[in-house]
Amino acid sequence: MLTIKDLHASVEEKEILKGINLQVNPGEVHAIMGPNGSGKSTLSTVIAGHEDYEVTKGSISFDGEDLEELDAEHRAHKGIFLSFQYPVEIPGVTVTNFIKTAINALRKAKGLEDMPAKDMLKSIREKAAMLEIDSKFLSRSLNEGFSGGEKKRNEIFQLAMLEPKLAILDETDSGLDIDALKIVADGVNKLKSKDNAVVLITHYQRLLDYIVPDFVHVLYNGRIVKSGTKELAHELEAKGYDWIKQELA
Amino acid sequence: MLSSFMALEQELDLSSPVHDIRSTSLKTFEALGFPTKKDEAWKYTSLAKLLKNDYSIFPKKESSIELKDVKKYFLYEIDSYKVVFIDGIYSPFLSDTTHDGIDVCLLSAALSKPKYKEVIEKYFHKIADKEESLTALNTSFAKEGAYVYVPKSVVAEKPIQIIHFSTGEQGDFLLQPRSLVVVEENAQVQIIERHQSLAAHEVLTNSVTEIFAAKSALVDYYKIQNDRDDASLIDNTYVAQDRESNVNVHTFSFGGKLTRNNLNFTQNGEYIDSTMKGITIIGEQQHVDHYTLVNHVQPNCESHQDYKGIYADKSVGVFNGKIYVDKIAQKTNAFQQNNNILLDDLATINTKPQLEIFADDVKCSHGCTIGQLDEDALFYLRTRGILKREAKGLLTYAFANNVLESVAIPVLKTRINKLIATKLGVNLGHDL
Repeated sequence: MLTIKDLHASVEEKEILKGINLQVNPGEVHAIMGPNGSGKSTLSTVIAGHEDYEVTKGSISFDGEDLEELDAEHRAHKGIFLSFQYPVEIPGVTVTNFIKTAINALRKAKGLEDMPAKDMLKSIREKAAMLEIDSKFLSRSLNEGFSGGEKKRNEIFQLAMLEPKLAILDETDSGLDIDALKIVADGVNKLKSKDNAVVLITHYQRLLDYIVPDFVHVLYNGRIVKSGTKELAHELEAKGYDWIKQELA
Repeated sequence: MLSSFMALEQELDLSSPVHDIRSTSLKTFEALGFPTKKDEAWKYTSLAKLLKNDYSIFPKKESSIELKDVKKYFLYEIDSYKVVFIDGIYSPFLSDTTHDGIDVCLLSAALSKPKYKEVIEKYFHKIADKEESLTALNTSFAKEGAYVYVPKSVVAEKPIQIIHFSTGEQGDFLLQPRSLVVVEENAQVQIIERHQSLAAHEVLTNSVTEIFAAKSALVDYYKIQNDRDDASLIDNTYVAQDRESNVNVHTFSFGGKLTRNNLNFTQNGEYIDSTMKGITIIGEQQHVDHYTLVNHVQPNCESHQDYKGIYADKSVGVFNGKIYVDKIAQKTNAFQQNNNILLDDLATINTKPQLEIFADDVKCSHGCTIGQLDEDALFYLRTRGILKREAKGLLTYAFANNVLESVAIPVLKTRINKLIATKLGVNLGHDL
């Protein structure tokens, strides 16, 4: 599904990613872990198609198609979704209006008509209930004045509504208390299928107790320096990232 | 101009009390002439190009229009009083006036009939600036417009729509409507005003409206400016308020070639609230200039100004907000906010707050921002599949949206909301 080959990327002339290789297949859950500043968020932002990041070498392809020439919105149309570490506040647009606009944008890209209002409402209700989101929350301005946990839950609500093929969750666990973490993880687990894939980007192992990865990769200094199964995450938790740094030295 | 004036005066009763006002005003105008960019108040807005047109002042013939052709310019979803003019002439067919409880009728009737004499003598041309040239020009020809009188403790049961159509059948045309709104103690009224050109021709409207709000009165006034791009408007609105009254003026400037809004508030009592809000969304070579003045001359009053502007292409916006606080006007709260988004490199906004504060115990704040759209927000929307153009539209829509919260007529709010969405190419469905 997602194939990353020797990816080098820079922002403002500074090289952050220095040769990433990654293969994600349908039905898989990958966790990308690493210390702060290792390039985790850059990787997710580059996959999502941010224009400020320049791919200087290598490639990202999705379902066999090179993403280089595709804008962020067209990557979304292909089925790529990024749950933001810091979701943006947009006063004046309600959560409901935002999600409607996004759903209909995806439908339009597929040549479909707007979703009928009744179906939209039903779907919104179901997904909100799954994530234990209050209906009042839906008529608030997008992310404005939301707590850290509400913002993350809102990201997963969007994930549930948009049903992408590939979900990249960037530090979704940060800002969540344990109850909220369980709700969010349950939501992600319910959405998992043999046809879609999840990439979890996280600093800590905590989230991986609830969303169990098939593969764990350690990103350090712009490269994946170690890959393994979920046991690697436990090892990291026990030994800390210094262990990796020493091993590489 | 003088010959036109003579022609007008021949039509009218020379013994009318307004006669002297007219001739004095004409002299004032002739002495001052049209404002130029050398005048500080007109630094960013030039009338020179508009004044090259050879405007007719009186209609050559009576024009008629079909309701079906102009229905969309009315807020037809709700019941309302209507005072409608076609090329400056009252249209009984399109209007719906009343004398039942309140007076909603023609200024020409009020100026000529004895029963209105007392009100006219008390209010007509009392707060309009006698030294301002365009107001003087309007006064010289003051003849027709809307007259609204709401007696003590009466709440007008439906909104009043004042609409001025220009058909183009008169060739290039100068319209000078003059309206008077008097809202007595504890009375309430909602008014929607619109100027609309219907066909290709140069039309310049120089409008003067005087609004009086007596003690504890409530006036909601909405100006819809969404005209053709060969229509220009100079709107001079003067508001005088007595104690504890509340006047809100919303100005929606979405069209026209050149629009200048002179909005003046004078607070003649304590505990007065004055609100001025505006949304400007223009493009191409359109020009909108908001020139506001609030005179805080009594203690314990408030004024709130919130103007938002979105400028595309080569359009030009101007915001000049002057707040004057007299030395006796202690405990004044005066807030002014002007936020702008420039969508294109060639669009311009000139924003200038002017605060003259002579009292020491006051709260005055002003802020202006000029920005492009938030890049992070744009990226966020695009990662959800929303096309760049639509994402920009959605963000600009969101930026303008909060000004609408204070619109007290729900169908008007919906209408303006849709206008904004259409203007910005946003499709949010039907339940905005």
